[in-house]
Amino acid sequence: MTGTASFRTAGTMNRPLLLKLLSAVIVFGAWEIAGRIPVSFGFPTFIESMGALLAMMLDGSLFLAYVDTLRPLVIGLLISAFIGIAIGLWVGLTPWFDWLVSPIFIVMQAAPLAALIPLLVMVYGIGLTSKVFVVCIMAMPVIVLNTAGAVRNTPTNLKEMAMSFQGNERDIILKVVIPSASPIIFSGLRLGTSAGFIGAILSELKITPTGVGDIITFSRSIADYPSMYAAIFSIIVLAVFFLNLLEVVERTLFEGNVRGYTSD
Amino acid sequence: MATHQTETVAGTDIIPEPAVSARRISKTYGGEVEALRNLSLEFPKGQLTSLLGPSGCGKTTLLKIIAGLLEPTSGEVEVNGRPVSGPGPDRSFVFQDFALLPWANVLRNVAFGLELRGVAASEREAIAERHIQSVGLSGFERSFPHELSGGMRQRVGLARALAVDSEVLLMDEPFSAVDEQTRRKFQEDLLGLVAEENKTFIFVTHSIEEAVYVSDQIAILLPRPSRVHEVLRPKGLRTKDVSDIRRDPEYLDMVDRIWASLRSYVE
Repeated sequence: MTGTASFRTAGTMNRPLLLKLLSAVIVFGAWEIAGRIPVSFGFPTFIESMGALLAMMLDGSLFLAYVDTLRPLVIGLLISAFIGIAIGLWVGLTPWFDWLVSPIFIVMQAAPLAALIPLLVMVYGIGLTSKVFVVCIMAMPVIVLNTAGAVRNTPTNLKEMAMSFQGNERDIILKVVIPSASPIIFSGLRLGTSAGFIGAILSELKITPTGVGDIITFSRSIADYPSMYAAIFSIIVLAVFFLNLLEVVERTLFEGNVRGYTSD
Repeated sequence: MATHQTETVAGTDIIPEPAVSARRISKTYGGEVEALRNLSLEFPKGQLTSLLGPSGCGKTTLLKIIAGLLEPTSGEVEVNGRPVSGPGPDRSFVFQDFALLPWANVLRNVAFGLELRGVAASEREAIAERHIQSVGLSGFERSFPHELSGGMRQRVGLARALAVDSEVLLMDEPFSAVDEQTRRKFQEDLLGLVAEENKTFIFVTHSIEEAVYVSDQIAILLPRPSRVHEVLRPKGLRTKDVSDIRRDPEYLDMVDRIWASLRSYVE
């Protein structure tokens, strides 16, 4: 975030854009070359993959697939964000709740998700509920644990300051604890979002093949590798878009975050 | 109480009513570390009292107990005759490390005390503007703390404490984190502030020179466990011009005398 701040001056505005373009050209160029050698029979070139992506966009199948994929993903991420931050705040503020709840999320974070999926399917079936659960299991722990850690580490001097000016508990939480924790809460949200994407795709590969997971499974089974890579590529692009969106939200909600913090 | 000897030199000094009294304060941390034992001290109204002593002597603990941020193990603090049970509108605090909100600009930081007390936005900003001007920070209202120097940050902290217009100002080593020149300027400004505003100042410091320079009354605390060793009242320094104080024989004598009584406690 301090990086963005130092790029705020108008004169250097074009440099990061240029660097981004340059790195894109290098990565895609390497992909193209690797596809042409070819490094593997199953590895298409960049141009072939983009062609497949365009075709899927034109016939609309990609968008239909995303309607299926995004539903559990967005529902799961919203639940994880709101409930996760709320639980995280509570865990960070009350030691006994921390004692009660933290182990659950630590176990959740450590558990091999793929092994849990059969269990979820047994309980919740093969519908939307199971997929939302998978997204939540992936996304929620890191959001809860980050939020709790940040809240626990609110600078004591700021809390004392607010108390000395007679701030009530609600004010201290809203005006000191949350803003001070917000950079780490948002980094938890970013990690949670990436994990949620993994969860959404994993659930489509492991529970029922729908949406983008279906495109990946199906095109692999008929050896249509360009389409398979196009689907993978599109999901990465979407994830990056989501993360950038989060950054915009952070910048609007907590203006001071991108301005850098005092060093002492 | 044997060590608590109030010294009014030659009886010419008329001590005002106490604004704050600490009565038989003891504070023990976690059942074993004894920070303060049976400490009693009075802080005269409209004057500046320094709490001076070697590090670890419980100066800051006493100040936080007066602020209501810490609860004494026994004893009580009275502000204008009312016992203290927590932070109150009659006291405001200036922090050693400034304690500014890094995500808020100068205007919001100065107005933050008023914001927590529920003062409406337009009113608190008008009050804050006035105090920003009085501490010499006009034009920096929209700046953020990280854009300011240490001295300017402490001016923000001071303006925030002044903005709530409390009777008692508690200052916890407020100038220890700023450079020497800024500190001298602050000390001069503080003398002006004490003279102008009818407020009671309680000032924690570890600098003997600073204590003698700014104080109407100096309480020397000795450590482990802390108690008041001596209360000194510089007699003729407050009528002197700020630039003459450091050459005054009384100033020099008192600095020497305090050092003589403290030196054996400094390891």
